[in-house]
Amino acid sequence: MKADPRGVLSGTHFIDGDHACCEGALAAGARFAAGYPITPSTEVVERFASRIPVVGGTFIQMEDELAASITLQGAVWGGAKAFTVTSGPGFSLMMEHIGYAAMTETPCVFVDVQRGGPSTGLPTLPAQADMMQARWGSHGDYEIIALCPNSPQECFDLTVKAFNFSEEFRLPVMLMMDEVVGHMTEKVVIPDADQIEVFPRRHTHKSADEYLPYATNGDGVPEMAHAGEGYRFHVTGLTHDERGYPNMTPQTQDKLVRRLQSKIHDAADRITLLEEQQLEGADVIVVSYGITSRVAQRAIEMARERGLRVGKLRLITCWPFPEQRIRELAATAKAFVVPELNLGQMVREVERAAGGKAKTILVPHAGGSVHRPEDILKAIVEASR
Amino acid sequence: MSTLDVMNPVEPFLRTDRMPHIWCPGCGIGTTVNCFARALIESKIDLQSLALVSGIGCTGRVAGYVKLDSFHTTHGRAIPFATGLKLANPKLNVVIYSGDGDLSAIGGNHLIHAARRNIDLKVICVNNLIYAMTGGQTAPTTPGHAITSTSPYGACEPAFNLPHLVEAAGAVYVARWTTFHVKQLARSIGEAFQKKGFSFIEIISPCPTLYQRRNRLGDGLDTMKYYKEKSKVKHGAPTGEVGLTMTGEIIVGKFVDRDRPDYQSLVHAQMVESLGERYVEPSENVCSCG
Amino acid sequence: MAKGRVSIVVERCKACGFCVEFCPTKVLALSSAFNAKGYHPPHVVAPEKCSGCDLCGMYCPDFAIYGQRLPAQKETAPAAPLPEVTRES
Repeated sequence: MKADPRGVLSGTHFIDGDHACCEGALAAGARFAAGYPITPSTEVVERFASRIPVVGGTFIQMEDELAASITLQGAVWGGAKAFTVTSGPGFSLMMEHIGYAAMTETPCVFVDVQRGGPSTGLPTLPAQADMMQARWGSHGDYEIIALCPNSPQECFDLTVKAFNFSEEFRLPVMLMMDEVVGHMTEKVVIPDADQIEVFPRRHTHKSADEYLPYATNGDGVPEMAHAGEGYRFHVTGLTHDERGYPNMTPQTQDKLVRRLQSKIHDAADRITLLEEQQLEGADVIVVSYGITSRVAQRAIEMARERGLRVGKLRLITCWPFPEQRIRELAATAKAFVVPELNLGQMVREVERAAGGKAKTILVPHAGGSVHRPEDILKAIVEASR
Repeated sequence: MSTLDVMNPVEPFLRTDRMPHIWCPGCGIGTTVNCFARALIESKIDLQSLALVSGIGCTGRVAGYVKLDSFHTTHGRAIPFATGLKLANPKLNVVIYSGDGDLSAIGGNHLIHAARRNIDLKVICVNNLIYAMTGGQTAPTTPGHAITSTSPYGACEPAFNLPHLVEAAGAVYVARWTTFHVKQLARSIGEAFQKKGFSFIEIISPCPTLYQRRNRLGDGLDTMKYYKEKSKVKHGAPTGEVGLTMTGEIIVGKFVDRDRPDYQSLVHAQMVESLGERYVEPSENVCSCG
Repeated sequence: MAKGRVSIVVERCKACGFCVEFCPTKVLALSSAFNAKGYHPPHVVAPEKCSGCDLCGMYCPDFAIYGQRLPAQKETAPAAPLPEVTRES
């Protein structure tokens, strides 16, 4: 289905990632945001607050991130597409509700504009140290999808994609930005509404008598209903059966939690978006994401100028992790070089998937600025030896 | 026998496929549900427009037993969830049905902000003076000297006076009844449905298994008799004076019934003033469905 | 002549005693019978006094009892007390 033109600011813009993210949400059909100010994410909702009253929808600044992260879910069950934005400390606070969204299969988007941590850390400076948290931050077994833009343009495009994935698979999707991508101003082209694909809410067509809120057929994703439509359904964070009723037995637990996992695993091919460059015959493959991938690009070019055969694998989707692809590449490459703005997070997944078949070399950075191309180049050169 | 086979008036509101419920003998939560059902019948409210949100705890389980669009959310966060529901679909009548610990401890921040904003929500707070579901720990409402599992030598924190708290925060309708006052409670719930803005009804209820038993206050019936004997109806009483003690007087009644513009009216007025014709009402928040 | 009648869902009852205590005309008492859970459910001891006010129903935390008003009887109708109706569940 095509985007609703009322929310699409078509044209060529010179805006930063935070602003582009807001426009992506509006283009995707988001008409509700609940937020709480936190640097460097605040601009997303500031823009939303000023745009939404003329598009038609609601923004509410809640009293804390605990509230924001659940208010948006109430709005989803009331019929809206909804999201929130935050950074590290707020992301930590939102974890319980990310789990609630996963458990109740509430389609929604959480944007984390990553900054230096832990704790208050570096509010105005970048890091990529919430990557594992995005995957594992809440308790229990659950899946999320995480996308990592590396430009303001991608902040627009991937926000649309995040909403689409959230509706298709009924789960919370993390948009993992970082402070540099969020505050970097670049050209952003927003197409006409009829050029933007939007995934509609998977609303049931069954009657109230037939409808079971958590029954599925085929792809493991149940159909949704909204409050106020006469379905009289029940939603709970307790382990539940197809009726949505609490059913706290090991059998129901196994069935439910495995389905929450398999609905994503089974579709991993479609969900894992990658940018691949010269992987064929590469000795060294640089695996990167977000702002680091921009620096890595420079380092790769410098390495190629020296005659090294370097490939680039950019993770646009970080979760689910593309382990199949890494496994394939590990068979032919000598080494993976993984620069990231943390002391080693996604590198663990690369190493795990490589299974010892290729070396995995981390180029860490504790955060606060981006890598220098020379640091990544040095690792590439060493890996090529 | 068919003319006599009229159903229990509460039955259509229950998910009978989930009966019997988990509440203990003598627990008052079921009693409050009867009053709630009675209020729904009498106010002739369109059940399709009703959404019920609860948090975690014994009272939180109400959401699972009522045959309405119902949401059993996270501990303390029923109110912000309900806020989202209401703002996304203003036609909904949103009721929050939760306990004293859920609403005033972990949920305290959201309670006061929702009252401040005067969001059009109806909060039914069953106050059994304890955290019952988890085995009887001290709550912010536990009266002084009470024995609980986390105050084995007697509680010594001053307890919250919930009507006072929510009035100060801005609620437009504040009432307190006990589970003995079934008729008045049903009436208050009905009044809250007619009210636009943040309504709060506190219902003092027995927890015979934990609160009463540990404090040697008898069983549910003994507690109900205590409510009958020691309650005093004082409509309009200054909420600062309605604090509770373990065995003392219980002031009940409708304490606050005032008018303030509700949140959505305020937003509307502000937007119209600032944006004039450019303002687009959020009423069409419903997203396109497949 | 009873103006009302009580129905009891025996298997739901947990013998809390609210209905017995708060019936304004003392229609009920806990019986010596047991339900499947081992509780003594109430039974009607003074059916003619039932007004059908349904206070028992409003008090019952287990949704196990309710009262209903009977249609008004003609004066010539026989004044036989009506038995209580009990259901299993």
